[in-house]
Amino acid sequence: MAAPARRTRAEPLLWLLFSSGGVVAALFIPVLLLLFGVAIPLGWVSTPDHAHLLAVLQHPVTRVVLLGLCVLALFHWAHRFRYTLHEGLRLKRLGTLVEILCYGGAVAGSLISAYLLLWAW
Amino acid sequence: MTSYQPPMSLFWWLRRRSYFFFAVRELSSVFVAWFVVYLLLLGHAVASGEAAYREFVEWSARPWLLGLNLVALVFVVFHAVTWFRLAPQAMVVRVGGRRAPPLWVAAGHYAAWVVVSALVVWVVLA
Amino acid sequence: MRTIALRVARYRPEDETEPTMQEYEVPLREDWAVLDGLNHIKDHLDGTLSYRWSCRMGICGSCGMTVNGEPKLTCGTFLTDYAPGPVTVEPLRNFPVVRDLVVDISDFMGKLPTVSPWIVDSEDAAPAEGEHLQTPEELDEYQQYSMCINCMLCYSACPVYGLDQDFLGPAAIALAQRYNLDSRDHGAHQRVDVLSAADGVWSCTFVGECTTACPKGVDPAGAIQRYKLTAATESVKSLLMPWGRRSDLPRPSGADQDNNAWSREVR
Ligand code: SF4
Ligand code: FES
Repeated sequence: MAAPARRTRAEPLLWLLFSSGGVVAALFIPVLLLLFGVAIPLGWVSTPDHAHLLAVLQHPVTRVVLLGLCVLALFHWAHRFRYTLHEGLRLKRLGTLVEILCYGGAVAGSLISAYLLLWAW
Repeated sequence: MTSYQPPMSLFWWLRRRSYFFFAVRELSSVFVAWFVVYLLLLGHAVASGEAAYREFVEWSARPWLLGLNLVALVFVVFHAVTWFRLAPQAMVVRVGGRRAPPLWVAAGHYAAWVVVSALVVWVVLA
Repeated sequence: MRTIALRVARYRPEDETEPTMQEYEVPLREDWAVLDGLNHIKDHLDGTLSYRWSCRMGICGSCGMTVNGEPKLTCGTFLTDYAPGPVTVEPLRNFPVVRDLVVDISDFMGKLPTVSPWIVDSEDAAPAEGEHLQTPEELDEYQQYSMCINCMLCYSACPVYGLDQDFLGPAAIALAQRYNLDSRDHGAHQRVDVLSAADGVWSCTFVGECTTACPKGVDPAGAIQRYKLTAATESVKSLLMPWGRRSDLPRPSGADQDNNAWSREVR
């Protein structure tokens, strides 16, 4: 096979991350984006109280759930976007570069999320 | 043997409707990533205190950001709908040794979507 | 008599470098498929037209062409559905055209045997005495995948294959699953290297068009996703239990009673 065996072995794991990310993104993101991106700015619902949101944000369960959501959603993006660049833009020649950009971006984003959610906030 | 095979064009995804919707589905991932960024910005504002949070809410009402989030919402809803619709094709769920009908599998996913959404609304607004 | 126009792609490599379209008027009859129209042309209008067909009943899989942009079995696609016409008939997409409506199928033919599409006997068991018994439930597991007639409409519909001909492709993977999921088969471990290579299931992005195109209800897209899940579960297991059996390596004969674990996994 043309691809190095190492990459082929990573493929199932990347796909698992992509799939789990697809599930959590589908379950959580529409409602969160509807609330914080549209409904609250437009005043469809009253702006939640700051103290309440802070309490929610600092609850351990929220931290874990949000961290899981961020990490998996980022790997979901990385995997899908990699294929989009490969096929949609026919960049398969630049395969390794695209992969480093996508998965590297997901790893960096995950580290930032973990730092923020587990230490900073 | 001479043969003819035209290369696939860069715009192959415009050739058929189904290819186009596939491309839209794949592009939804960009908005998934954008949402993570937005969520972290929101979290950061909340964690930085009342004033920062107010500022964030005002900022989120700017027309360009509102527009971006509306577009993103359309894409992530499209992602959710297509994801749950395809789920029964990708997984075989067994109930008591029998293969569950695909329609049930899809219905289960949509039900979970409703439950999670209600839960999130309750946590955020209650 | 009512007629309908067929716009047929012609390609004669000895005197043209690109296909051209040629229009013919054929009778529009209730019971005529596109293939009957082509046969009418060949018999009465233009004997030089080349195309493949054999059974005229959706069994041999040789009459696949692109009809009005869609991959179709021309023997099962009726002219009246396209009235008043014209109907465009082109060769299957994603394959090199050899002449007129005839494509070169050697790529697919080369890929098929790589997935061992036959029942592989257990290496340690003696050849079965009498018949292999199978319950209706066990038959159900793979029957859908056994309906494939190798017509290649799924390859023609698949943009991933169109972009990269190294992709193993829908029918070959569905056929591998047809045997992996068969209770009599013990060959899953010898298919795994080809299936879970980068050009195997991992190239697929679940466009789903193969399943839409398939005239036999095979659902190759579903077969591929199911195999991805199996392969991923298996690789997580071998990560968590690295000392355990490496399922993706061919095992020496007699080393393992349960060399059917791969296929059990998906059941
Ligand atoms: S899977 Fe369906 S479309 Fe593909 S070759 Fe087999 S019968 Fe034809
Ligand atoms: S001629 Fe045999 S399938 Fe159409």
